[in-house]
Amino acid sequence: MTRFIAKRLGLGLITLWLLSVLVFFGTQILPGDVARRILGPFATQSAVNALNHQLGTDKSVFVQYWDWISGIFHGNLGTSVATRTSVSSIVFPALWHSAKLAILAFIIVVPLGILGGVLAALNEGRFRDRFISVGGLSATTVPEFVWAVALILVFALWLGLLPSTATAPPGSGFFSQVEYLVLPALCLVFVLFGYIARMARAGTIESLDADYTRTAVIKGLPYRTVVRRHVLRNSLLPTIAVVATQAGYLIGGLVAIELVFNYQGIGQVLYRAATQKDFPVLQSAVLIVGVVYLVATLLADLAYSLLNPRLRFESAA
Amino acid sequence: MSATAPEPTVVQTTPALELRDLEVSYRVRGIWRTVLRGVTLSIARNEAYGLVGESGCGKSTAAFAALRYLPRNGRVMNGSIHVDGEDLLSMSEDEVRQLRMSKVSMVYQNPTAALNPSIRIGDQVAEVYALAGDSDDRAHERAQEMLSKVQISDPVSVMRRYPHQLSGGMNQRVVIAMALATNPSLLILDEPTTGLDATVEGEVLDLIKTLRGEFETSLLFITHNLGVISKMCERMGVLYAGRLVEEGPVAEVFDRPSHPYTIGLVRCIPRGGVRKDKETLDTIPGFLPQLGAELPACVFTDRCGLAEEICRQQEPPFHRVTDGHCSRCHFYERAHTLPRATGAPPVPRESPREAPVLEAHGVRKTFHQEGHAIQALADVEFALKEGETLGLVGESGSGKTTLARLLIGLSAPDEGSIVELDGAQLAGSVNKRKRDQVRALQIVFQNPDSALNRRFSIHRILGRALTMLTGEHGEKREERLRQLAHSVRFDVRLIGARPAQLSGGLKQRVAIARAFAGEPRIVVCDEPTSALDVSVQAAILNLLVELQAQKKVAYLFISHDLGVVRYLSDRIAVLYLGRLMELGAAESVFDPPQHPYTEALGSAVPTAEGTERTRIRLVGEIPSAASPPSGCVFHTRCPRYIGDICKTEEPELREVEPGHFWRCHYSAEQLRELQKTPPPGRGV
Repeated sequence: MTRFIAKRLGLGLITLWLLSVLVFFGTQILPGDVARRILGPFATQSAVNALNHQLGTDKSVFVQYWDWISGIFHGNLGTSVATRTSVSSIVFPALWHSAKLAILAFIIVVPLGILGGVLAALNEGRFRDRFISVGGLSATTVPEFVWAVALILVFALWLGLLPSTATAPPGSGFFSQVEYLVLPALCLVFVLFGYIARMARAGTIESLDADYTRTAVIKGLPYRTVVRRHVLRNSLLPTIAVVATQAGYLIGGLVAIELVFNYQGIGQVLYRAATQKDFPVLQSAVLIVGVVYLVATLLADLAYSLLNPRLRFESAA
Repeated sequence: MSATAPEPTVVQTTPALELRDLEVSYRVRGIWRTVLRGVTLSIARNEAYGLVGESGCGKSTAAFAALRYLPRNGRVMNGSIHVDGEDLLSMSEDEVRQLRMSKVSMVYQNPTAALNPSIRIGDQVAEVYALAGDSDDRAHERAQEMLSKVQISDPVSVMRRYPHQLSGGMNQRVVIAMALATNPSLLILDEPTTGLDATVEGEVLDLIKTLRGEFETSLLFITHNLGVISKMCERMGVLYAGRLVEEGPVAEVFDRPSHPYTIGLVRCIPRGGVRKDKETLDTIPGFLPQLGAELPACVFTDRCGLAEEICRQQEPPFHRVTDGHCSRCHFYERAHTLPRATGAPPVPRESPREAPVLEAHGVRKTFHQEGHAIQALADVEFALKEGETLGLVGESGSGKTTLARLLIGLSAPDEGSIVELDGAQLAGSVNKRKRDQVRALQIVFQNPDSALNRRFSIHRILGRALTMLTGEHGEKREERLRQLAHSVRFDVRLIGARPAQLSGGLKQRVAIARAFAGEPRIVVCDEPTSALDVSVQAAILNLLVELQAQKKVAYLFISHDLGVVRYLSDRIAVLYLGRLMELGAAESVFDPPQHPYTEALGSAVPTAEGTERTRIRLVGEIPSAASPPSGCVFHTRCPRYIGDICKTEEPELREVEPGHFWRCHYSAEQLRELQKTPPPGRGV
């Protein structure tokens, strides 16, 4: 097991390094020098040079890359070009915001999705199955910002039940924070429900058809026990793995939702850094999102192999 | 159905299982297709009843019907099912559940899939007792007792394990333990030993026999293996196309099979040391009808050599042959005159030429896995002469398939191994071999489904093989392709079909044709018939013999079926844990077997003649190749274990008589003397 973790960690580090190279050199490919892009076409050349020097962008790209990477290892992500504050003070609070939204969405969608999938599987081919499968899939195909607009229209503007932004006033307590996050989280639930339900349904159907389920039925176990003890245990394994990989998307990929709800998550930070050509923020934020993705997949794999005795013992042997 | 037949059996007490006119259909693409066409049978208390027939004849459907566990698209259309006198079809779901819990259980093929992969063995067995109302602790206690009853040597540790950590044979014991836990009155066994090694099969069958006596359970034993039936059952029924065509006491039916189908089944199995040069195997012409096809009054008419007009018009009643032995054939009295389907005379044996085509010396293969070195083959030596068949036998894990893969260049042997074709060393990888060498050495795999590309037509599969192996194109290739199809008796009209549209036997013919495309010198046959029904197997074996006689090709024939190996082989090699234990002419290896391992292998196989030999039990399972036992690798299980010399010294492969080699500290005379008495039981 330790071997497995070490191997995955090693691979993860290599992936991160490749990501850092890609994002760093990707931003360097853009034409013109950095200070000129910041100061605009009418600034004097000497001002541009001075800013380049100040930013360190007059050095060779390799030196700049080294400065950035070695800074990260010392806990220094650099300084934002746009706000002149440290990158950490921008990225980490945003990351925490994103995590809150993701956790709430997860808490709602995972049990719902699994329940829906299992129900569909148990009623395979009947109306309930069709309803859940088709409904879930349709909800998934609608982009999240469409859901966002629709939900705001209904719940915030028409019914007036929930706030239309996601950011709670400063100093709000836990419950009012949750209240503000319900609508954006619901958008994510709509997007992810179909996906999770589909996985759970497929796994359950496979497990229902398996020989061991037949054994359980022929033993004379009540149907409920068969499903609970014999079917679900095996069918939900792949679902859990798939669900955990979605954590990366929930934290790093919610630009549209955060914009619609005006929520200061990491997606907004990425978007703003890109439009403002704030490269230090952009690079570090991308790298952090990468770390989140990797950790999520690693945890998913770990959970999968811990729950699956076949893998658990093979690596122990 | 004008003639009312006498009842097949007279049962005094309530039978354990009684099927009456049972008709079951499956709904496929909106149409109901009949699977069982009015099956009537009854199994008395404490009786073991065998049901035989080829795949697709409805055996398993009958079994699942007896549990009222039909697939969603299956339905009982007519008839009745009584278990222990209770009418199964009129029960509520909950009553059926109670019945499954207490009175009827089932064991089926592939035990590892039958156990839940994520629940510990102990919990799975205990569940049955907990269901019956035991407390958790008590249930586990009883589960452990039950595991010892099925002769699991270390029940405490097995309780804590998961199915994937146990061998197939062990898992089957667990499934049997679970099935017998509630002391059911009826136990249904559906091919319980198919797919297990011969030695393991022997043990599992012995176990079932013992437990049957202890638990006083009736058995419904379903299998395609007539040998198993004759060993295990008192009465048997033969099922064809969903109809019971013959029924009677096992010995009676084997002695005097009175239905053409039964006769065909018995004739197509290589038995009693029959060899290819003495007798061609008989086959059953034609195919099993499709599910739900329109059939003549007697369902076997289309494949029957005795059929007359009456067979199409009038369904034969159950004719009484002797007491309790009935046949559903108008001509049951002269059924034994059924003409043979294969007319070709056997090929007389030619003495093979002396110069070997293929020679292997000191062949080793080591796999490296997670830091362990696993020696799959150690110092294997043999030579293959033109036109001869070398049979390769051994339990799974003995290295048979590794050797096959290595010969055809799918994996390379260790440095220093010598594999020579016509005196020239063969490269380890098929990619580095010359085209002539690749042509010369071909393989036929066990499963034609995965060996043939399912997206290609047969024409394309064979055409590609011809182009790759011979470099021929155009009209010349087409001509060769037709010849090739003809030589394996493959109907050229089917050449445009895809593999999925063909039966298993036809697919295997295509696979054989592919191997023969480049006029090979040697064909490795890796269990080529073990996925096929017996009648199809006979046809394929006949084909292999015929091709060998025509083309002087040499076979390395791998099979776990000793009857088949003996039928086909001139010489036989016995492999154990990657070591050659014995090598010699087929008759000196098996008539009678002398080497202790060969002796044990041979005695494990149930024969259709029903002549029971003394069973030699092998203790435990084949050890792991990662840590083979010291000295003679077989010493841990050897029934003729001598003493410390076996533990410390590995015997050489020595020539005990001309052309006959083995690895044992005993001499041939010593063993012959010893074998006059059965081996002493030995614990380890």
